[in-house]
Amino acid sequence: MRAGSAQVLMAMIWRDLRLAMRRRGQLAHPLLFLTLITVLFPLALGPDPKQLGAIAVGIIWVGALVAVTMTLSDLYRSDRDDGWLEQLMVSGHPMVLVAIGRSFSHWLTTGLPLLLLTPLFASFLNMPEQLLSTLLLSLLLGTPTLSLIGNIVAALTVGIGRSGFLVGLLVLPLYVPVLLFAAGAVNAQAGGLSPDAHLLMLAAIATLAATLTPWATAAALRTSLSSN
Amino acid sequence: MANKQKKNPIVLFIHKTGSPEYFYKLSGRFLPWLIAITTILTAWGLYQALYVVPPDYQQSESYRILFIHVPSAWMSMFIYAAMAVMAFIALVWRIKVAEICAMASAPIGAAFTFITLCTGALWGKPMWGAYWVWDARMTSELVLLFIYLGIIALYRSIDDRRAAARVASIMALVGLVNLPIIHYSVEWWTTLHQGQTIRLTGPSSIDASMLPPLIIMAVATKTYFIAAMLANARNMLIEQDRNKSWVRRLIGDAP
Repeated sequence: MRAGSAQVLMAMIWRDLRLAMRRRGQLAHPLLFLTLITVLFPLALGPDPKQLGAIAVGIIWVGALVAVTMTLSDLYRSDRDDGWLEQLMVSGHPMVLVAIGRSFSHWLTTGLPLLLLTPLFASFLNMPEQLLSTLLLSLLLGTPTLSLIGNIVAALTVGIGRSGFLVGLLVLPLYVPVLLFAAGAVNAQAGGLSPDAHLLMLAAIATLAATLTPWATAAALRTSLSSN
Repeated sequence: MANKQKKNPIVLFIHKTGSPEYFYKLSGRFLPWLIAITTILTAWGLYQALYVVPPDYQQSESYRILFIHVPSAWMSMFIYAAMAVMAFIALVWRIKVAEICAMASAPIGAAFTFITLCTGALWGKPMWGAYWVWDARMTSELVLLFIYLGIIALYRSIDDRRAAARVASIMALVGLVNLPIIHYSVEWWTTLHQGQTIRLTGPSSIDASMLPPLIIMAVATKTYFIAAMLANARNMLIEQDRNKSWVRRLIGDAP
């Protein structure tokens, strides 16, 4: 008897999370990376709190984009190498389930930890405290889109060795709207305006991404797998 | 096939051009004509644009770069749309010629985008006093260039040519969905940050005397694109099919 789609999805997410917990060191890589970025900027720009506070949002968001990008090239690599993806493709379960499950587990292991550590980065950079809630909200609405779009690119490049720069070249232009609206929300708040419009746009983009990207990821996985 | 005569001529044409050999021969017949038309139109359009049309009352002579800048900007978007349509055809019907045409378009589109950015920067220096301004259209054009480069890089980094074309085609379609979102988000971003934005196109209502060279150049860039794309696709096709019998017959290597 075949398991239902919901069961398969839950099993996949559960598997991803267990694998992530067994490789705890890798889990910390994006966080360490972003911490280093937030340390390097004050070193380069000088410790003036006012100047740092003004550009803190930009540093955190750009750092988050790059940190997420760096996790993408390994997202499907080991599953392709050990044949897991191929087995799944011949099993008859829709590849869309892999795309949805992997996007969600990727967000849980990358976007969410970044979100939880952001108060630390914000205080490193002397960001005004009243902006923190908006920044966290923008990360909450924006990082799922990063995982969803990132999954497409990860699936497209799964057959390519040493794809780090290529992944960056492909994915960062697609991240531009998220960056604009997320940083725009916080900057609007800083300028005394309501950040709601920007946050709603972020939510709209996240909804659109959640609806469309799994199909693109599934198509990309099928294409990448059938080629070799 | 029994009902061969009943076939719609358009469908028949599409089926025939889907064959690499037929495509190669047909495009070879079109190509000299396209190159000739492009050369004549470009020469005529540039002559009109540089000598015949009077200088602008505000921008004097430097506005003439518009006759290259604007058709290039149109082409940068037109080629993306054309590439995405061919990528879609390639993915749905798995037609090799469509794959190759889509991939042959990408470098030409990137070149037009690059020309648009360069001419825009050259025009911006005397007009705005800076080569680069974070104007909405300039920024989205820059992002478009990166998307083109990403597609080209993706296509080149996979060894299996057909798989590479399909993977890059998916990327082209993903970019197609994203481009409007990028465009409008950038537009909103600049209007929020700068208040009154400088419009990229100088005169909002263009003088009637400036229109003919612009249209000639727009047509010339279209025929150039078709010619360059076909020439590029033909080369890619015979390289990819170099072990097939039709290419061996073509180069006189097989009976």
